[in-house]
Amino acid sequence: MERDRLQRLEDESVHIIREVAAQFRKPVMLYSIGKDSSVMLHLARKAFHPGPVPFPLLHVDTTWKFSEMIAFRDRMAGEIGFELIVHTNPDGLAAGINPFDHGSAHYTDIMKTQALKQALDAGRFDAAFGGARRDEERSRAKERVFSFRDGQHRWDPKNQRPELWNHYNGRVGSGESIRVFPLSNWTELDVWHYIGANEIEIVPLYLAAPRPVVERDGTLLMVDDERFRFEAGERPETRSVRFRTLGCYPLTGAVESTAATLAEVVAEMAAATRSEREGRVIDHDQSGSMEHKKREGYF
Amino acid sequence: MGGEPVAPRPSADLLRVLTCGSVDDGKSTLIGRLLHDSDLLYEDHLAAVRKDSATTGHAGGQVDLALLADGLVAEREQGITIDVAHLYFSTPRRSFIIADTPGHEQYTRNMVTGASTSELAVILVDAARGITTQTRRHSLIVNLLGISSVVVAVNKMDLVDYREDRFESIASAVRELASALGLPDPVCIPVSALHGDGVVEPGANMGWYDGPCLMEHLEQVDAAVHAAGASGIVGGRLRLPVQLVIRPDHRFRGFAGTVCEGTLRAGDRVRVEPSGRTTAIARIVTFDGDLEEAPTGRSVVITTSDEIDIGRGDVIVDPAHPPQRARRVTATIVWMAEADLVVGREYLLAQGGQTMSCRVSEVMGRLDVDALESVPAAAVRLNDIATVTVRTDAELIFDPYTQNRTTGSFILIERSSNATVAAGMIEAAAPAAAWEAVPGATLERQRSSISGAERAERLGQRPATVLLTGLTGAGKSTIASALERELFERGRTTVRLDGENMRLGVSRDLGFSSRDRSENVRRTAELARLVNDQGLIAIAALVAPSAAVRERARELIGADRFVEVFLDPPLEVCRARDRAGLYEAADRGEIRQFPGVSAPYDKPANADLVLDTSRLDVDACVRAITAWLEAGQFIGAVETPEP
Repeated sequence: MERDRLQRLEDESVHIIREVAAQFRKPVMLYSIGKDSSVMLHLARKAFHPGPVPFPLLHVDTTWKFSEMIAFRDRMAGEIGFELIVHTNPDGLAAGINPFDHGSAHYTDIMKTQALKQALDAGRFDAAFGGARRDEERSRAKERVFSFRDGQHRWDPKNQRPELWNHYNGRVGSGESIRVFPLSNWTELDVWHYIGANEIEIVPLYLAAPRPVVERDGTLLMVDDERFRFEAGERPETRSVRFRTLGCYPLTGAVESTAATLAEVVAEMAAATRSEREGRVIDHDQSGSMEHKKREGYF
Repeated sequence: MGGEPVAPRPSADLLRVLTCGSVDDGKSTLIGRLLHDSDLLYEDHLAAVRKDSATTGHAGGQVDLALLADGLVAEREQGITIDVAHLYFSTPRRSFIIADTPGHEQYTRNMVTGASTSELAVILVDAARGITTQTRRHSLIVNLLGISSVVVAVNKMDLVDYREDRFESIASAVRELASALGLPDPVCIPVSALHGDGVVEPGANMGWYDGPCLMEHLEQVDAAVHAAGASGIVGGRLRLPVQLVIRPDHRFRGFAGTVCEGTLRAGDRVRVEPSGRTTAIARIVTFDGDLEEAPTGRSVVITTSDEIDIGRGDVIVDPAHPPQRARRVTATIVWMAEADLVVGREYLLAQGGQTMSCRVSEVMGRLDVDALESVPAAAVRLNDIATVTVRTDAELIFDPYTQNRTTGSFILIERSSNATVAAGMIEAAAPAAAWEAVPGATLERQRSSISGAERAERLGQRPATVLLTGLTGAGKSTIASALERELFERGRTTVRLDGENMRLGVSRDLGFSSRDRSENVRRTAELARLVNDQGLIAIAALVAPSAAVRERARELIGADRFVEVFLDPPLEVCRARDRAGLYEAADRGEIRQFPGVSAPYDKPANADLVLDTSRLDVDACVRAITAWLEAGQFIGAVETPEP
């Protein structure tokens, strides 16, 4: 009985997720509503079947996510029946921090990184699952599956625990935690094929449809609600687009596409010449910016 | 670079590859070349590398392909790779996960880490420099970690004018090294990562070479992990370590885990270790429906036909081929922490769900990578590979590492920092120390007709054992003699058991390894128990450096009649008193494993008496001990115990 590649990746991820449930007092799964999160949630359901997923899901809501994402999140929580924690940084909200006035770096720090730390501290979680993959970005390639964070949620890339065989060391002291990446060894293409093979539901924004967009500095931004700030001369136009990655709509670029089904997306992927994170505005500030953010506690 | 980049459908086949080479062998460049020439790079990744090449690259104006593999900012600045990086790519034939591990000597731990999950290793050799210490070290580790499929890429062929004789002489040295290590013959491939020859395309410079290019070989090689199912049993022996119990309600009770050897089949009889209970697999439950069978590597939930107690750390196995169980194993460890291994200190041992306290009780030797042989080791330091005996608090269920990579390996965790400090590969169960030896079942204790009360009345004392422990020069023998004299003057009856005297007779077969020291303490403790049983007071003078061993002596003799006296002068005083020159000999390395110099002395944390013999004279020490014995009514106004 030959195990194919997706089966092998699934088996490894399920093993990792179960290890966390067995080793930690209070784990939580970061749920970003994206395709990787959807796969991770599906793997968690497989890991504990026929039991329920034994930990809550946490969504850090910046209030600037695509509205379709929020609707999808709430519907999934009801249909699948997982415990959902939604957290928004109250200080950032009160200060009116937004991606238009405060720049992507500052906004991301306040509404994502700081918000995440608040939520993890409030829940006293000792393990947090993230859907990051090592193939996404160069600094991720060196991340462990069980990645140690100190009491301030900081990552020290020079002082990581060696990770051997499948014997994961999840021991932490008071206040310390582990970020766990069960999809470490998956590629973007693996994720798409797995979604197809397992009929995993994803936010429709991943599939092409006519949507109102403006083109700004070569990036296609979707006008998702009335808060969108147009620059001089900009007007929304309807184009057939889809998203390779989902986040805050003012910071997430769309690609022009007519791929309206999963099969078409995968076919388009197969001819792709650009990596998926390219659509994210925050990664382009400077080379190595992801590593800087991760040291500060970003996922 | 020609044609459009192709991102094929992931092929069914996945190979995990370890790449190792020394700092200047051009390993990162080779990986970059593999990706570049296979048209597997995204345009924006390549653009970022082009941009970085201009500012920090070391390829002299060309696109520095090494930057693709070297991810972190700090590493790019230093121009060397320092950690394990994982890279992913697929060709129409195969998908690959590359663990790129550093070549610099001080980072052995990273290479071991990468090797632990790899199925094939690519070792780089610089054609101009030939085989180096690094090549030996890498071959040794690859072999140690059980990777039998090895490719030696002889790189920088451009620097030796693509000469066949140069390649052949290196290939022959490689085969010699492999044979010395007991490795199967590795495949040698000549390449130039910088110019691309022999990596993905043959190139025009090595017409004399008719073997496969590196990529062609990686796509075609059959690199089954020999360590999974290397037991020689056809199909492997079932091993399912239990991760956790799935019990959503009272109707369902399943056991989750990953099959790490053999095939699990519904209906098969299985045995549960360590309880030894047997049952049958009732169902193999998955989210996608029940399975009839699950092969090695599959993560499953099973239910059993009988309600038996199974929990995390248990292993479900083939009843015809059960794993071994022991509290003492010999293993090869790779030390991964800045702080040295402390023999006798408590560490945590973890293997999947099995987590237990353990101590390294003995270091047999350290592997010398140049000589490829074991040498004596005074200490086990960062990046050392050592053979040791590990004693665990609970029974460890295991297979030898050469038979199973999962049930044959473990990690050691330092208790205060929770850091992973060592990787271990189990060789075999170690013979139990005499402490654990079980006397023959037919033996029976022959009782005396004289009661304890009668003896106490006759001798005017109750039996006790005074253990005088401390470093060489602490005053143990001196105080033992003085105490013996004082008790003799008072009309008490004693037996003095001096460690040195023990070694002149009862223990003349023992040396000074931690194992032999432990055995000397055991023999002394057994004698003390015998004389205590006859109503006498035993005075034992022993270094007894291990707290765990002293604790065992206390248990053996009986805590209610055991007095631990710690003689604790400063180390300088001990050294000054040492007329025999033992400390100096230990400093010179002539005496090995000498407590206080090259071996630890665990200071007693809960001694009954602590006496600083640099401040108290002999009489004061004796008075303190006799006062303690009087307070405990061992001597003085002895109350006769009830018969």
